[in-house]
Amino acid sequence: MSQDIGQIWVYLSASPLLGLTITLIAYQGAFWIYQRSGANPLANPVLIAVAVLVLFLSLTGTSYETYFAGAQFVHFLLGPATVALAIPLYTQFKRVRSMLLPVLAGLLAGSLTAIVSAVWIARLFGASSATQLSLAPKSVTTPIAMGIAERIGGIPSLTAVLVIVTGILGAVGARFVFDAIKVRDPAIRGFAIGIASHGIGTARAFQVNEQSGAFAALAMGMNGALTALLVPWLVASL
Amino acid sequence: MLGALTQLLIFQLAGEVVARGLALPVPGPVLGMVFLFVALLLRGGPPAPLQTTGQNLLQHLSLLFVPAGTGIMVHLHRVASEWLPLALSLVISTAATLIVTALVMKLCMRAPTGDAS
Repeated sequence: MSQDIGQIWVYLSASPLLGLTITLIAYQGAFWIYQRSGANPLANPVLIAVAVLVLFLSLTGTSYETYFAGAQFVHFLLGPATVALAIPLYTQFKRVRSMLLPVLAGLLAGSLTAIVSAVWIARLFGASSATQLSLAPKSVTTPIAMGIAERIGGIPSLTAVLVIVTGILGAVGARFVFDAIKVRDPAIRGFAIGIASHGIGTARAFQVNEQSGAFAALAMGMNGALTALLVPWLVASL
Repeated sequence: MLGALTQLLIFQLAGEVVARGLALPVPGPVLGMVFLFVALLLRGGPPAPLQTTGQNLLQHLSLLFVPAGTGIMVHLHRVASEWLPLALSLVISTAATLIVTALVMKLCMRAPTGDAS
């Protein structure tokens, strides 16, 4: 009997079915907890799902490569979902157009702050030069950030992890920061979260408010392009 | 839904081709988003199926980050050796970015129009 279970496991662990299914189960469980908490940002569904999955994979001795063979079907949908962000952006276009100056000023100030403060703080506390460079593009979406890290001599795979952690930090902490500095406009809250913590922040913004989500999507796209231009130039002068 | 998903993929593909063709620093899907946005402006809004499919995809946008996020398990050892500067840098920098962006926008919204509120 135990041999049968062993054989079933051998089959399952080699098939993409398992990776895909546990991703969906972990996320739905995490989302259930998130909703039960009254959409409390501390119960961030990405954070909970990732923690559960890392624990499960470690306990079963499953490699990330094996897991990703199944999970890639979910990962792939990031592309079309990014394209679909154009729809809420269109819906909110009137408000965006009326806020052109605040949007551009916020973009420039936020983008510079994200890059310079990350590198300086890491340097202050003794991080290696490669780590400092890997941190520079941490606030933009993964594919852009990895490309930048590679160009400036950082470690792209480390950058990918830092990007995800930054996204979760922003999604979890933004509400407390905004409440502390008394910023209530959903457009400003959304835009700032999109600048600081890209797609994961944008996902959180959409769960709170459609207008916040649209501004977060706008910020994420603009900051991705600006950071790609700024970082190589800033790193040379930092 | 099938038609709408196909439309999204076509825009992504167009973005990918242009981004790579012109060696732009922007990833294909972000450029695809720009193309779709322009198309929506020209058309005066999304067709109903695209609106629905887009909403369904974005409703669970967080799910789509879970596979990449789980990749943290591969890099735990690398992160562990420099955890203090990394943690301080990420936490402080993320908070600073939120604060600076929000306050600069708030300031700019007051200044030029002289908004009475």
